[in-house]
Amino acid sequence: MSLDLLIYLALTIAALWTVMTRSLLRSAIGLALVSAILTIIIFRLNAPLAGVFELSVCAGLIPVLFVSVVSLTQPYTHQEIIERMKSMFTRFRFLPLIVIAVGLALGLLSLKPETSLPLPADGKDVRFVLWHLRRFDLLGQMIVLLTGVFGVVILFKERKKSG
Amino acid sequence: MVSAIFITLLFITGIYCIMASYNLVRVLIGVEILIKAVTLMIIVVGSACGRLALAQSLVITLIVVEVVVITVAVGVVLGIHTHNNSLDVRKVRRLKG
Repeated sequence: MSLDLLIYLALTIAALWTVMTRSLLRSAIGLALVSAILTIIIFRLNAPLAGVFELSVCAGLIPVLFVSVVSLTQPYTHQEIIERMKSMFTRFRFLPLIVIAVGLALGLLSLKPETSLPLPADGKDVRFVLWHLRRFDLLGQMIVLLTGVFGVVILFKERKKSG
Repeated sequence: MVSAIFITLLFITGIYCIMASYNLVRVLIGVEILIKAVTLMIIVVGSACGRLALAQSLVITLIVVEVVVITVAVGVVLGIHTHNNSLDVRKVRRLKG
């Protein structure tokens, strides 16, 4: 069994644990674990810049956001957690079976995807591609960031109480 | 190709989480898992095609959009919790429209 296969298996198991664990806090931590394992894969595919972004933003910032939401919302009592766990187990019991069945089916089919897709932009250095060939993406990123900032400001703005 | 199989499995996990969850935070976690599958797919395809620089620039754009989407979605979820005192999607019945 190669190392890549082990890492991909760890990624799938971490994603399943993230989805199926009963505690939202554990789910948030599992999400960070998925991002960290994904970063290992990205680094092994020789994409260090994307890996750094994935590790710093997706494994660092986004789980913090989820933990903040969990801490700001009202926690369940122990009895509610037990009741919800039973309901959740009922709903999610098919997921591991589906994942295993689809994985085995795709493995047995041994599909060979087409990898000679023509792409419009060509460049060896990611900085060259980002600043010269995908300049419009940067403009879009700035607009999206500004939209996000204003969206958060509007969402968290205290509303005037009437009367 | 091993990576294609695991990308599919990650995608199925995210879709199932979105469909089977009643908690809004868990739905967002499902969306995150979906985005992880897309990120991995872009990098794998870029690596297979020999256009890794382009794939990396697309992934950087994707991560920026992902962060903004999740931040705004978290704000919306908190607003829903303030108004309904619950994160259960079945109890969110006060939406207009």
